[in-house]
Amino acid sequence: MINLKNLTITETRKKLDAKEFSVVDLVSAYLDEIKNKNFELNAYLEIYDDVLTQAKMADEKIIKGESYPLLGIPFAIKDNILFEGHRVSAGSKILENYIAVYDSTVVKELKKQGAILIGRTNMDEFAMGSSTQTSAFGVSRNPYDISRVPGGSSGGSAIAVAGNMALVSLGTDTCGSVRQPASFCGLVGLKPTYGAISRNGIIAMGNSLDQVSPFGKNVYDVEIVFNALSKYDPMDSTSVDDAKRKEFSSKLKTSIAFKIGVPWHLFEKGVDFEVMNNFKESIKKFKDSGCEIVDIKLPYSKYSLEAYYIIMPAEVSTNLSRFDGMRYGFSEKGENLREIYMKSRGKGFGKEVRRRILLGTYVLSHGYYDAYYNRAIKIREKIKEEIIEVFKDVDFIATPTTPTSAFKLGEKLNDPVAMYLCDIFAAPANLAGIPAIALPSGKDKKGLPLSIQFMAPHFCENSLFEIGKKFENFLK
Amino acid sequence: MDIKDVENLAELAKIDLNKDEKEQILKDMENILKYVKIIENIKIEQTNPKYNLYNIWREDKIEPIEFSKDSIIRQFPDSQDGFLKVKKIL
Repeated sequence: MINLKNLTITETRKKLDAKEFSVVDLVSAYLDEIKNKNFELNAYLEIYDDVLTQAKMADEKIIKGESYPLLGIPFAIKDNILFEGHRVSAGSKILENYIAVYDSTVVKELKKQGAILIGRTNMDEFAMGSSTQTSAFGVSRNPYDISRVPGGSSGGSAIAVAGNMALVSLGTDTCGSVRQPASFCGLVGLKPTYGAISRNGIIAMGNSLDQVSPFGKNVYDVEIVFNALSKYDPMDSTSVDDAKRKEFSSKLKTSIAFKIGVPWHLFEKGVDFEVMNNFKESIKKFKDSGCEIVDIKLPYSKYSLEAYYIIMPAEVSTNLSRFDGMRYGFSEKGENLREIYMKSRGKGFGKEVRRRILLGTYVLSHGYYDAYYNRAIKIREKIKEEIIEVFKDVDFIATPTTPTSAFKLGEKLNDPVAMYLCDIFAAPANLAGIPAIALPSGKDKKGLPLSIQFMAPHFCENSLFEIGKKFENFLK
Repeated sequence: MDIKDVENLAELAKIDLNKDEKEQILKDMENILKYVKIIENIKIEQTNPKYNLYNIWREDKIEPIEFSKDSIIRQFPDSQDGFLKVKKIL
């Protein structure tokens, strides 16, 4: 019997190479877990029918003596990551039967490195949400308490790992969509620097904000996945070349005693009492170990979420205009072209998607463009500026990952703004393009996971892994 | 904002909405706009963005790209002789 609960990528590599179990054994164990749990939790929308074939091929390589980090490692991938020949639907009816006609770069890489792709995971429709309740294919549930949400939009990928139905998983993070579910499900979640991991073959939501982001049970697993996928891709025009990356990361000062900046003024209110206490305790652990805690001010970052809810819908309204019932996807019959567009999109898109497309159309329309969109992008520039400036003084910015622990299913559904506020600490990193990591930091009185977030300068993921491992040691 | 505004936006975005949906969207949008409205009034100091931009245009070289033409055509809602068939425009 394979103990899936305590497996890490390193452990798994050791055991696979020592032939303690085979990839087929390992994958079969996950498939059993999935059979037992997936119906209730709804992590996976589909288990790919070629999983055991993939596993057999990996076993053949291992028998030949091949060994590299991801060979035979089972992954779950979010339903917006293209895998050629397989369904991909972004959690939406409008793509319910769509089959990917090419591999996303990340899938190509995972295949090349021998990883096993188990299936596609549930998500808020087109990544719009913070609870995985807006999917056209049912809600997903938190494995810690099935009456609660797993977070979103990458809820399914979080549940897959937290529920031992995959060893690691990929989601996407546009404004916390991996960090927030990581927080709610007790996992490590990393949003990389914008431009670090290729967006080629990722169904776009906000393309100046999106990043493929890994989930893992510990920092080292996330580090391994990040290193495997973080590389220049000529197919993604926003992918940063290797020379530039080195330029950024070389500016990082290596120190034993980190300087951690905390923007206390950003969470004077709105944060749950237990979350706040847990955050203060975590910060104290760093202080006691010799780190300097600096009170920093980020005046423009106070408006991150408002700026985000103008910029993102604007980008969404453009990105989703391709779903028109013409070339692929859900298509309603109509008398003329206009009718086909209107009916296909009206019927194919869910409520939240329609809301955001119309909001985006509004902020980009004549007469409102200057008041909303133009100002929002200027504020975004200021947010980026003040964060870069503050990193001259401190090595990290720390905040709670989310203002609360996992809330109940059904809560906040009728109040869009209340739902949006879940991502209040996530927004600055996506707007500025900097990397951010969510780390499990304890549990609240209800036994629900709590989490702390660290942000670092562009391309300084290594320092996030360093501080993450340091924190894991504190909690041992 | 009023219903007429929602209808104009729905026409621009080509999304069919029934009467109830329009009313719900009107209410939702008013709420969201009330939240983001603060952006209109924030004093923004002069931005002097130091853009780290560089040109990534490449030469127009033809390179083989793998994709399945078949799988694309198979997913056309309507097709004829391997072409996508659409409604008359003119």
